[in-house]
Amino acid sequence: MAFERNPGTEFRLDWIEDIYVNRSAAERRAATIGTRRTVKNEWQIGWLLKAITLIDLTTLSGDDTPSNVKRLCAKAKRPVREDILKAVGFSDRPITTAAVCVYHSLVPTAVEELRGSPVKVAAVSTGFPAGLSPLEARLEEVRSSVREGASEIDVVIQRGLVLRNEWKRLYDEVRAMREAAGHAHLKAILATGELATLRNVAKASWVCMMGGADFIKTSTGKEAINATLPASLVMIRSIRAYAERTGYLVGFKPAGGIRSARQALEYMYLVCEELGREWLEPHLFRFGASALLSDIERQLEYHVTGRYAAFHRQPMI
Amino acid sequence: MEGSASKQGLRTDIIARAFENMEYGPAPESEARAMAWLDAHKRRFGHFIDGRWVEGSVHFVTRSPARGTVLAEVPQGTEADIDLAVQAARKALPKWQVLGGHARARYLYALARAIQKHHRLFAVLESLDNGKPIRESRDIDVPLVIRHFHHHAGWAPLIEREFPDWVPVGVVGQIIPWNFPLLMLAWKIAPALATGNTVVLKPAEFTPLTALLFAEICKEINLPPGVVNIVTGDGRTGAALVRHPGVSKIAFTGSTEVGRIIREATAGSGKKLSLELGGKSPFIVFEDADLDAVVEGVVDAIWFNQGQVCCAGSRILVQESIEQRLLARLRVRMEKLRIGDSLDKAIDIGAIVDQSQLARVVGLVEQGEREGAKRWQPSWACPESGCFYPPTILTNVHPSSTVAQVEIFGPVVVVMAFRTPEEAVALANNTVYGLAASIWTENINLALDIAPKIKAGTIWINCTNVFDAASGFGGYRESGYGREGGKEGLYEYLKPRWMSEAKEIIEEPEVEAEFSSSSFPRDIGLPPIDRTAKLYISGKQVRPDGGYSYPVRGPQGELVGLAALGNRKDIRNAVEAALGAFSSWSRMSAYQRAQILYYIAENLSVRREEFAARLAQMTG
Repeated sequence: MAFERNPGTEFRLDWIEDIYVNRSAAERRAATIGTRRTVKNEWQIGWLLKAITLIDLTTLSGDDTPSNVKRLCAKAKRPVREDILKAVGFSDRPITTAAVCVYHSLVPTAVEELRGSPVKVAAVSTGFPAGLSPLEARLEEVRSSVREGASEIDVVIQRGLVLRNEWKRLYDEVRAMREAAGHAHLKAILATGELATLRNVAKASWVCMMGGADFIKTSTGKEAINATLPASLVMIRSIRAYAERTGYLVGFKPAGGIRSARQALEYMYLVCEELGREWLEPHLFRFGASALLSDIERQLEYHVTGRYAAFHRQPMI
Repeated sequence: MEGSASKQGLRTDIIARAFENMEYGPAPESEARAMAWLDAHKRRFGHFIDGRWVEGSVHFVTRSPARGTVLAEVPQGTEADIDLAVQAARKALPKWQVLGGHARARYLYALARAIQKHHRLFAVLESLDNGKPIRESRDIDVPLVIRHFHHHAGWAPLIEREFPDWVPVGVVGQIIPWNFPLLMLAWKIAPALATGNTVVLKPAEFTPLTALLFAEICKEINLPPGVVNIVTGDGRTGAALVRHPGVSKIAFTGSTEVGRIIREATAGSGKKLSLELGGKSPFIVFEDADLDAVVEGVVDAIWFNQGQVCCAGSRILVQESIEQRLLARLRVRMEKLRIGDSLDKAIDIGAIVDQSQLARVVGLVEQGEREGAKRWQPSWACPESGCFYPPTILTNVHPSSTVAQVEIFGPVVVVMAFRTPEEAVALANNTVYGLAASIWTENINLALDIAPKIKAGTIWINCTNVFDAASGFGGYRESGYGREGGKEGLYEYLKPRWMSEAKEIIEEPEVEAEFSSSSFPRDIGLPPIDRTAKLYISGKQVRPDGGYSYPVRGPQGELVGLAALGNRKDIRNAVEAALGAFSSWSRMSAYQRAQILYYIAENLSVRREEFAARLAQMTG
């Protein structure tokens, strides 16, 4: 069965008007997910290998140049050392990250480096990270990244529209971005750390999904507060409710501050418990991360050798 | 994964399968240290009376309900055992009382911290003996136990000032249930000791092991003999304790039936009594609640500890307008619950405590169905061996149904609809019990309106099964009386000074009425302030990741203290810290490093005698 992209819906204010999110309850659930579920030994290895295939390996620095982006792409294609892959029985199975994620000007480099590999190129766009440039400029940025070969576009929403409850305007902007992206998949970044309340997070999630986002993503990585489990929980539950209501499955991408294998597993437990197993695939779940990969490698090496490796033993990103 | 030095021989087929189907797989907590502790006692215990182990005559076994295996034998306490224990408690009373609140606080702090030092051992033992998930014993029961002792250690020095016209009751007999064996022990023992009483405690026959480990802790911290006595046994042992004339108060947690018997037995005897009994607590969901929060609330209300919780939210009262939506979401959630061995770290529901309790749950659900209730259980199956019952929802239940009235004490919740807030209150109060209630709404006005209208000792708003030592817990109606926790809980272990019999038990209480440092009895002496030796990693004193300690002994085998038992994660953290510090340390000039070494020497020199004494103590 081919996966059908979320086409979005018409704008339905009544779907978001009576959304309630109980903050302390959400925090309780988020705080216990990592204590209610765990995976060990071979199962942990399986989950960590899966986690690698879910990573959008990311570099979003002002000083990015082709040389470090090339290094990133090489790592995305070969994220795990050959000897480790062999020991876990995956030497004949190509494991790659899902995508690399870069700024627009590095898209050509990434496209070139990743040609022929399954790793996709994602570009952050629309005046990332603040999203406050003129709408037409933001849309043109999307279109030009797609022209350059990006197959996934991570767009930011205007947080002010959420804080001022201008839901219809937010919807119209996301719709326009979806159209600008065309065949490229659209990940809408909510920047939950700047939305003030979990209720706003839920409403913004709904508006982005109605607007046709393929993924909703927590953060740019540039806010003071990036991905958190409570905000993720609220987004995940919105995705579930949207699927129940419309039949369309929307993906989820936590990003920013996810550095350890343990954190990654917690997000996966949360998705598995609240959404279900089918979401733990690259077309419905991504991590926006870079250092995470090294920690996962280190954890895998521990499983293989019985010893924790220093970071210098992993080929750097 | 402690002690797993090499991981060669990975089963790659399992890895491949886990990668495909993303199943959780087994995640067992190690039981090795708990088993070693049982083995050290040759799997056969005595009573703990007057600070020593007393052999029993007849023994019975305690089992792991998740596995059906025998864990150990414990003695059936006789009237003579109870008498011995009460005599010991009486003998200990005068010295314990004259010691004063400050010294008692030190003992209580020492108990709290000793439990902390062994917290994983307590948690594993509790889960083995009771069947509850290790997550709960590790993250909820044992932390609450520690908190309870800390809280009451804080109270102990304040008793004379805060309760000037009250005196301790004397020897307290305490009988506790099997659902929270160690937590109920803490709820009983901590306030009794803080207020200057001595105790004889009988743990439940199904779950005596953590109480026996606690007895060992009492020895470890040198609690004066006789202050805490633990006698194991069944209902007959409890009855002997209730009847004993040397006992001034009975504190009981358990079933309403037994509570009633105890009340009859103590009536007219002058014994003070507190009872914490059954419940059928309402879980009230209004239409403006956050339904996802409610669903997790139900999980915490009725599937926490397999529903074997006296304050379990076992009656869901839901506004009719959202009943079907809530039920649909609950069913989805229930499919995700995991049941299994109590030491698996990734389960939600463990084993029912005993076959007899399981039979009771099965019987009541069958009766409910005969009366018209519809049963819903998730599609997955329970483990075939062991004492398990799946999470269950009963609908088409009415106030007239048996299952809406009696306490099932299992993972079974009944659902009834209401139309208006008034009807919700009426249904909530339509019970012989009154232990707790929870209210779910996003409307604070509604919550504040409904909460005081419900006859229950505890009302939770948008949460459930939340406990704290500072908040009194107890019931209305047939849920019993008396409170545990908070200042209100202390009155259960005190009586007005004017009561004449106080003179019999309390020797010269007036001496201690004035609290001052000069009132410390010098001949008994203050117990030392308990110290926790931690690990030193990255400039911080940290507790060991594994939660275990080991004894450090002197040349004659005497206990010098407890040291933290580091595991591979502690080592990893320490190595990481050392690696992190290496570059800055090595870049320092030799002169700077010399200055720091000199600074260490300077401080060592100040504590020269302490180090010398410690070395002498350890090496002779």
